[in-house]
Amino acid sequence: MTNDTVSADTAPGSALRPRTPVRAPARERRTRRVGAGGWTPWLYLAPALVVLGGLLVYPIYQLGLISFLEYTQAQVSGGQPTTFKGLGNYATLFGDGEFWQVLLATVLFAAACVVTTLAAGCALAVLLTRVRALPRLALMLAALGAWATPAITGSTVWVFLFDPDHGPVNRLLGLGDFSWTYGRYSAFTLVLLEVVWCSFPFVMVTVYAGIRAIPSEVLEAASLDGASQWRTWRSVTAPMLRPILAVVTIQSVIWDFKVFTQIYVMTNGGGIAGQNLVLNVYAYQKAFASSQYSLGSAIGVVMLLILLAVTLVYLRIVRRRGEEL
Amino acid sequence: MKLSARLIAPLAALVLAGLTVTGCAPQTSDTGATKDEKSGTLRVWLFQEVGNKPKERVVDAAVAAFREKHTDAKVEIEYIPVETRAQRVKAAFNDPKSAPDLIEYGNTDTAGYVKDGGLADIKAEFDAWGEAEDTDPTARQSVTVGGGIYGAPLFVGVRALYYRTDVLKELGLPVPTSQAALISTAKKIHRAKPGLYGLAVGGAYTYGAMPFLWANGGELAEESGGTFKAAVNSPAARKGIEAYTSLFGDDNCPAAKCASMGGNATVTAFASGKAAMAIGGDFSHSAVEEGAVKGKYAVVPLPGVAAGSIAPAFAGGNNIGVLKSSSHRTLAVELMKSLTGKKTQAELFDAMGFLPTYTDVRAASAEKQPFVAPFVKTLGAGAKFVPASAGWAQIDASLVLPTMFQEIVSGRKGVAAASDDAARKMDAAFSSAG
Repeated sequence: MTNDTVSADTAPGSALRPRTPVRAPARERRTRRVGAGGWTPWLYLAPALVVLGGLLVYPIYQLGLISFLEYTQAQVSGGQPTTFKGLGNYATLFGDGEFWQVLLATVLFAAACVVTTLAAGCALAVLLTRVRALPRLALMLAALGAWATPAITGSTVWVFLFDPDHGPVNRLLGLGDFSWTYGRYSAFTLVLLEVVWCSFPFVMVTVYAGIRAIPSEVLEAASLDGASQWRTWRSVTAPMLRPILAVVTIQSVIWDFKVFTQIYVMTNGGGIAGQNLVLNVYAYQKAFASSQYSLGSAIGVVMLLILLAVTLVYLRIVRRRGEEL
Repeated sequence: MKLSARLIAPLAALVLAGLTVTGCAPQTSDTGATKDEKSGTLRVWLFQEVGNKPKERVVDAAVAAFREKHTDAKVEIEYIPVETRAQRVKAAFNDPKSAPDLIEYGNTDTAGYVKDGGLADIKAEFDAWGEAEDTDPTARQSVTVGGGIYGAPLFVGVRALYYRTDVLKELGLPVPTSQAALISTAKKIHRAKPGLYGLAVGGAYTYGAMPFLWANGGELAEESGGTFKAAVNSPAARKGIEAYTSLFGDDNCPAAKCASMGGNATVTAFASGKAAMAIGGDFSHSAVEEGAVKGKYAVVPLPGVAAGSIAPAFAGGNNIGVLKSSSHRTLAVELMKSLTGKKTQAELFDAMGFLPTYTDVRAASAEKQPFVAPFVKTLGAGAKFVPASAGWAQIDASLVLPTMFQEIVSGRKGVAAASDDAARKMDAAFSSAG
């Protein structure tokens, strides 16, 4: 009976309309319970909160604390006393032109990775619903293989494939001894391809599952109304998949913003003269390679804030449209 | 309500207790020792070399000699992998309880370890030690920081010019005797044989580049009153940087390949027959002997600017130091003397080919093994060392100089701009190191 409502109107959000009357009594019940015994939900949450507090809040607290101190190897091993530096580390960081360059490169690189990954993942998910069982199985297996490959193995293999002297790719493309990692953009392109290769399967599998969950009557109705493939995707499939797309987008943003292994392995720690540094590798170089733990912590805090902001903004947009994750 | 209140109280107490136990400030360890025991077990960390057996035999003999004099003491030797030494040593400084009494360490790390508070000052014992008088001045400098002495040199390593005798003979080229001739010879070889790098160079090969800088009269940094100031952007240093970076390009070593190479990559290129010349160390000898060019190469000191002169080389090598946290200081110093004494170093040379740090022992060794002659000659002409500041460890780790060379050879910056930037970063590191 709900299907009638949906097929009559394919505008975004309409699919959720039938759920509204069901939700209303649930909300009333919740308000009543909070009034009665406020402690009970907290009691049930307590074990989870304690674990989260220990594993998440405490390390983040330490990270924040260290970022306000002068804390290098000399302080760790007791050669010099630990001193409070206030915002000194942040001032050093924001005053360093390299940091801004790395930040810009990270944002652009992550954006390119997210867009490419989502495009590839969604396109292949749609393809999966169109092909026969055997090609579908082959595509699934190939994608799962890429997904299951550890990042360090994948990166090493990709570097070998694109090696200027012995790599098969250059031989196939007739590029001679072109070095992919020498130029800034070609190096970023190579890493982008690897990142997309190892992260599109997650998008593809999730979106494929989402498409499969769409009632076939809806799609049938759309085609009866004469909607084109693209129009069906834009007006029916995509709106109904929005919660799923929101999850994979946020996941991809976080993963690609934090990319470390691929850059570290494929460009040998940040590329020639640091041209391929992204924030996470930059933080590693500062914190561990040169033992400036406090400066590395400050970079970590900045990354955390940026990612929190991105996620919050995204959640707000999704919520304003009347949907919940 | 009653139930929850009864549960919350102990829960809150538990959380509070947890916070108190873990502490709310980051950890700092106390590396100062309080005892000096005259018996017990001494623990030693030495580097695990490629083909370590001969080294173990020499070390065992030195330990046996030590135990004859100190029968109450036991010695435990552990060989640690070179690749993970940085983490191991950091961990030892962080946790004095599980730290050894003596460690072997690379001599460019001396000042950094001293600043970390890890090494003990043994100047009094070192000065009173007879054999130490023959220690070569550069080796002595490599254990000296701000007037204190933090260990004893174990061996020195120095680089010289490896070249292919067959290639030079075939092309009718003489062995270069000046820096200008070296550069032009490299380019002539590459023109005649495009499959070979003339002279294999690397943008990340700091210690191969330094001789060019020093030969032109440049310095990495200048010291005045205990503080260092970067000098890589002085006119003389820039001339050296220009000479080195002129070797990158399609006429010798293409930047697309050579910009990212480090020292090992250039030696590997030479050993596998891909380069006609390379700057390699005495410690690279066995790697080259095992390569494709065995029997087709020779070694001469790297030429300086004036014809017939020798470019000052970087005096690398390892030292053995006593940890500040050792509770057996007196015994540890005695063991250090046994491990780095003249007898052990002479044996270590025979076993491993490591150059002794005593001038007289080194001269005797050179007579036995002709292949070390060019390296000994290079050392005799005056080798140089990196600035003895904790800032150097940071400069090295944050790749300031490789970045400078790579910026120049990739055409991103000119010599002047890149060296100014490097000097700025070095000064920041020196001043933060105090």
